[in-house]
Amino acid sequence: MIAVIGLLLGVGLGLVLKPDVPIGLEPYLPIAVVAALDAVFGAARAFLDGIFDDKVFVVSFVSNVFIAALIVFLGDKLGVGAQLSTGVIVVLGIRIFANVAAIRRHLFHA
Amino acid sequence: MTPDPSAQTPPAADEVARRRLLDAFIRPGRGQLVVAVLLAVLGAAAVTQVRITGSGDDYAGLRQADLIQALNGLQAASRRTEQDIRDLEATRDSLRDNNDKTATALDQARTELTSLGVLAGTLAARGPGVRITVTVPDSHLSLNYLLDGIEELRDAGAEAMEINDSVRVVAQTSFESATGGIDVDGRVLKSPFTIDVIGAPEGLTTALKFPGGFVDDVSLDEGKVSIKQSQDIEVSVLRKATQPRYAEPTSPD
Repeated sequence: MIAVIGLLLGVGLGLVLKPDVPIGLEPYLPIAVVAALDAVFGAARAFLDGIFDDKVFVVSFVSNVFIAALIVFLGDKLGVGAQLSTGVIVVLGIRIFANVAAIRRHLFHA
Repeated sequence: MTPDPSAQTPPAADEVARRRLLDAFIRPGRGQLVVAVLLAVLGAAAVTQVRITGSGDDYAGLRQADLIQALNGLQAASRRTEQDIRDLEATRDSLRDNNDKTATALDQARTELTSLGVLAGTLAARGPGVRITVTVPDSHLSLNYLLDGIEELRDAGAEAMEINDSVRVVAQTSFESATGGIDVDGRVLKSPFTIDVIGAPEGLTTALKFPGGFVDDVSLDEGKVSIKQSQDIEVSVLRKATQPRYAEPTSPD
């Protein structure tokens, strides 16, 4: 319940405050969002499996975002930023699909 | 990927999962607070990203490399467009040039047509000149005298000539003796012969009056010549231009 309220609160804050993203961080924001989504779906799956731990969630969330941003940053430095961010998105997308499939089996037996 | 759990897990496990979800909703634990904070961050970031993407500025948030590529693309497009503009301008200039040339050629052709028309007798002409009246008894005028006179007039720069307001004298005009007059281009003319000549009046008059000239010749035939200078002589008899049947123009070069 609190988690859902937190999500809605965050969306509301983002809509109301319209925070400005520093130019330097702009390329990393979409990657970070997708990485965080991956962590959230992973956590939901773990929760339904009964092995959820909030410390693990926090660590996985932060490290997911950090590593995704790091990979893209490295790609930018090496001159393959666009390709590497595409690769990160693809990998995270596959993981999100897998997690959602597991959640679906838990909830709908399908 | 684990094998399909729905086939292996007993129904009880699903029940447990659902109940756990329900419990978390109804009686949230302290651990959910951290989750809520992180989800709030995610929500805010996602909304911000959506806003940036939807802000309509295509180039905001692009990497340096992407920007350089976009810039290069735009420059290439700009170069192509400029090349197009130059080509089109060249085409326009050449068309305009052609048009000018055509207009000039047309003007020249018109001018030439006018002067040739006067010479060939297809156009009426008016201007300064002389009106010569030759009176001979019984219309008996020697053909040679008349031809000599016309040659003298041409020599003095006569530009258009007609006789008796009925025959235009041009390069093809033929003269023949006829009973009771002179046959000019198939028309028999009788005295008094009136010759209208356009040219410099003084020069034309002198060309006829020098000793042994036309006036003297006609007096041998017992005729009289009167010459009237005028600033407004009209040569209005027209002659039909005929297409040459045998002569073909050769190219000038």
